[in-house]
Amino acid sequence: MESGHTAWLLTSCALVLLMTPGLAFFYGGMVRAKNVLGMLMKNYVAMGIVTILWILVGASLAFSGSTTIGDYGVIGNFDLWGLRDLGQSNDHFGLPYPDNVQMMFQLTFAIITPALIAGAIAERMKFTAWAVFIGIWSLLVYVPMTHWVWGGGFIASNIEALDFAGGLVVHINAGAAALALIMVLGPRIGFRKEAIRPHSLPLTILGAGILWFGWFGFNGGSALAANAAAGNAFLTTQVAAATAATAWILAEAFTHGKPTTLGFVSGAVAGLVAITPAAGFVSPLGAMLLGLVAGVVCFYALRLKFMFNFDDSLDVVAVHLVGGIIGSLLLGVLAEEAYGGVAGSMDQFVSQAISVVIALVYSFSVTFVIAKVLDMVMGIRVSEEEERGGLDLALHEEQAYGFVE
Amino acid sequence: MKLVIAYINPFRLDEIRDALKETGVSGLTAINAQGFGRQSGHTETYRGAEYEVDMVPKVRIEVLVDDVLAPAVIDTIERTARTGSIGDGKIAVIPVEDVIRIRTGERGNDAL
Repeated sequence: MESGHTAWLLTSCALVLLMTPGLAFFYGGMVRAKNVLGMLMKNYVAMGIVTILWILVGASLAFSGSTTIGDYGVIGNFDLWGLRDLGQSNDHFGLPYPDNVQMMFQLTFAIITPALIAGAIAERMKFTAWAVFIGIWSLLVYVPMTHWVWGGGFIASNIEALDFAGGLVVHINAGAAALALIMVLGPRIGFRKEAIRPHSLPLTILGAGILWFGWFGFNGGSALAANAAAGNAFLTTQVAAATAATAWILAEAFTHGKPTTLGFVSGAVAGLVAITPAAGFVSPLGAMLLGLVAGVVCFYALRLKFMFNFDDSLDVVAVHLVGGIIGSLLLGVLAEEAYGGVAGSMDQFVSQAISVVIALVYSFSVTFVIAKVLDMVMGIRVSEEEERGGLDLALHEEQAYGFVE
Repeated sequence: MKLVIAYINPFRLDEIRDALKETGVSGLTAINAQGFGRQSGHTETYRGAEYEVDMVPKVRIEVLVDDVLAPAVIDTIERTARTGSIGDGKIAVIPVEDVIRIRTGERGNDAL
């Protein structure tokens, strides 16, 4: 173990954790003023619930051992429940920093992934149903997916797909879950009929800035060391975000006539999503190409929800699912041996494509079942009266902005 | 006494305020407002979705004046707010029964 690696990973933990508040404000600014606290709360509560579950059983099921079916590792065991045998060594994971730091680092990913889904269900989902949902979803969807990709499971070992920082585990996973959840939840009252506008774009833009900043821990930390791979992840992260943001406003100006502030930050997030699986494998120019594709494709993917009448309120599908797929697939061909030790090839591309399909189908179908069952058991949607009056007052007995003071 | 209410384009506020000071008014109130008239609305775009927004931002100015000063105030607002394009706004003049300065209890013209 080395103090340099430990220091960088501790820093990354704090950077990634800060992304969840950043995401909360990114989303919070995009909803109407009567729903902003409800939106912030749905993000912040992930820091509460997921932390508890992760420590108790999630971490163990994701990272301790591997139960196999045939040759395929599908889930970890309970040996590490409560992280009770963690100690202060690096015996469990053999990384150049203590195991407790690795568990903290992975926890921050476990927190933000369900929080990402919150953007799709904005302004109409019950808080209680959401709280139960993210608990169950963490254990039944996030934990297995993490095991398959990073915990020694079959996506890494058998399919040999690459996922540097969470294209499959975080973004495709959250994006596919968002799609399933909104199919059960239904669109907001007024969707496609009236203008449902963001109440505070400055909050959204500040939130996006915090996300961009935190993403250096997300991708840079995923090198699992303070080394040149972390440096490359830093560089490619910046290049992809910058290129996608610029590409998005160009596409926007070309299509609608004017570049928007929301467009710039949405493009940045799309670029950050797309580079996530690839950050440690591609060159700066590869990252630029990835950013360009993500910025343009995600921008046009926004139209899908209107075509299919899915009220993906804050575009989780268009940005995270589509961006995650772009990054995970293109990584197969854009990877360069000089950067991450893997050369892009048709074989790698096929491995990536298989892993994308598995992640998408698993997350979508299990989430759909969880949402259906919760809807039957407790109801997942607020009443029409609560929805019209706003979730802040109805669910939390608070208001963000008073008339006086 | 009159209450002069003007619905104006927000960007004319500074000039109207300066011009009104010169006429000798003792104060005014400005309120951010939204509304529509013949100007109707405008289009806003959020993440590729275009919205027709029928309410446009306006400022509502209220000035309390005595009957002598009222014509000058109305004339000043009319001149200063006018750009000649649609959306310049409207002025309404309302007779006022009484005005009370809360601190001193003065009434009528003395309270202006």
